[in-house]
Amino acid sequence: MAIITRRTFMQAAGAAATLPVLGNKAFAADKVKIGFIFLGPVGDYGWTWAHNKGREQVEKELGDKVETVYVENVQEDASAIPVIRDLAQQGCKLIFTTSYGYMDQTIAVAKEFPNVKFEHCTGYKRADNVATYNSKFHEGRAVLGTIAGKMSKSGTLGYLGSYKVPEVVLGVNSFALAAQKQNPNAKVKLVLIDSWFDPPKEAAATETLVNLGCDIVTTHTDSPGPLQILEQKKLYGFGQGADMSRFAPSAHLTAIEDIWGPYYVERVKAILDNSWKSTDTWDGFKEGTVKISPYNKAVPADVVKLADAVQAGYKDGSYDIFKGPIYDQAGTLKVKEGETMKLADLAVMDWFVKGVESAA
Amino acid sequence: MSTEFIIAAIITVVGLTTPILLAALGELVVEKAGVLNLGVEGMMLMGAICGFGATVSTFNPWIGILGAAAGGALSSMLFAVLVLELNSNQVATGLALTIFGTGLSSLIGLSYTGFIVPVFGSVFPASLANDPYLKVIFGYSPIVYFALAMVPIVGWFLKSTRSGMILRAVGENDLSAHSIGYSVKGVRYAAIAFGGAMAGIGGAYFSMVITPMWAEKMTAGRGWIALALVVFAGWRAGRLLVGAYFFGILMALELYAKASGFSFLPSQFWAAMPYLMTVIALSVISMRDRSGGNAPACLGKPFLPST
Repeated sequence: MAIITRRTFMQAAGAAATLPVLGNKAFAADKVKIGFIFLGPVGDYGWTWAHNKGREQVEKELGDKVETVYVENVQEDASAIPVIRDLAQQGCKLIFTTSYGYMDQTIAVAKEFPNVKFEHCTGYKRADNVATYNSKFHEGRAVLGTIAGKMSKSGTLGYLGSYKVPEVVLGVNSFALAAQKQNPNAKVKLVLIDSWFDPPKEAAATETLVNLGCDIVTTHTDSPGPLQILEQKKLYGFGQGADMSRFAPSAHLTAIEDIWGPYYVERVKAILDNSWKSTDTWDGFKEGTVKISPYNKAVPADVVKLADAVQAGYKDGSYDIFKGPIYDQAGTLKVKEGETMKLADLAVMDWFVKGVESAA
Repeated sequence: MSTEFIIAAIITVVGLTTPILLAALGELVVEKAGVLNLGVEGMMLMGAICGFGATVSTFNPWIGILGAAAGGALSSMLFAVLVLELNSNQVATGLALTIFGTGLSSLIGLSYTGFIVPVFGSVFPASLANDPYLKVIFGYSPIVYFALAMVPIVGWFLKSTRSGMILRAVGENDLSAHSIGYSVKGVRYAAIAFGGAMAGIGGAYFSMVITPMWAEKMTAGRGWIALALVVFAGWRAGRLLVGAYFFGILMALELYAKASGFSFLPSQFWAAMPYLMTVIALSVISMRDRSGGNAPACLGKPFLPST
């Protein structure tokens, strides 16, 4: 029986402390490392939470061949560069940078590591070892618009957004067009708060929209704050990025969920069999990247039917909200009857449709 | 504009104003004692998470408020020890406190993400608090009344009480106060703790009243507006109240202008307004009074007694 002295204990502790490091190195030879850069904390119940779910799916399905590492709370500025570089130096073969603001940083690090592959979410800059991927969130917005247009009593809908970037513009237009299909007089009041995350401002903006007559408010910012205000006021809204019903059980009609898992698994498989290529992927309902959360029981059966029809239409290709005629805010015909906007045009859309009341 | 519309707008303004008013009142006392604590944002976040955590653990919002005050005050003590005992640079230490508070609140908050608590709302009878008109007076969280009550209390304390005069003496001329036997460090410790507690309660207004949840960095820069507000108000409690509501109205105007489709001013202009107004106010103060107005003479300077 070994007698544990302070000295032997320290030796044992020292050995134990070095073990994980050695273990990691031993594994690195067998397992392919996959890295993730996250904007927020994985517990944000929104954007980053959804990306982390995707990472977990990779671990679950390919855990015998790959191991994943992630870094949370990475700022969208120059400080992202050393973080991405660090993952590459750790031996990651594929690195997902999961926010628009990492675009130039991803390109910069990718130049230093030509043998490492990178995937940048929602951006448009690609290279031989940098692919981009995005989700057709606006397809989900068409479902929310359908529900809102049908359920709103005032016909005035609120939309709380972050910045005037194509992703947000598309969502606003899709929501407004879908609402107008149910109620031709539906108006959408838009407030852009110049931030993705500012709970007090999101809350105040929601109060403002409600005070100006909106009875349903949808958000394209990241916090559940607006839903909590709607819950207090006994009005309705939608979750963004993930099912947020826990924050507002009555107000939360449904949510657009981002499902990244299948794409991540597919891309990691491509690394494993050496078939990875730089691509530009933009998936939606059909591929399962966009999902609608379970409907609140406050949504009547006929509205559920309409909302399901939109989803089904996107899946079989029979539905597209950006089908003409579409007029802009000034009433000018922008998309003729019978025409449908192309993906390339959607990606740079910078004008709002008729019925959207906005300051810019 | 109907009465209901105006009442709803007032309620939004009160919500925007209360946290910055609380934090600024605390910072006013700190600065009057000659200490510049730029860690307001960090202390607010510590208050927000401690208040939320205490509420989740005890189901009692009053204990939550105590937790928020304690969280803010405790984190401010870190700053106090560094600047009072080690005479470290107050600006750098204050900034460090903001970074520290942001990080520590995120760390503590990891285990509270996804929780919600009931809104710490009005404690008046529902007939008053939910009345469509009377709610403009009775419909607020106790924190709102506390903030409003603290304005005359802080003003009276600084102007008319013996302790308040000692505090101001310490802020105006620490060496003289020291030489006639006052404890400069003791006064400053107390002032910094008070500032931390007030910032903490201000932070808790976010996590317990506006959006009753915890989210990292949920104060989103309000601590900096509170700091600007102290200067804007010329270090006077009464003007602080006016300034806080002025800033609150500006923030609400931005949202109302956008939601109503007015685009005569770019939104960045609105966001910059509180700071712009502070610069203008500072310029006016210094033009009128070459000595720097009401600013404490020892503000931001280390206390280095010869003995």
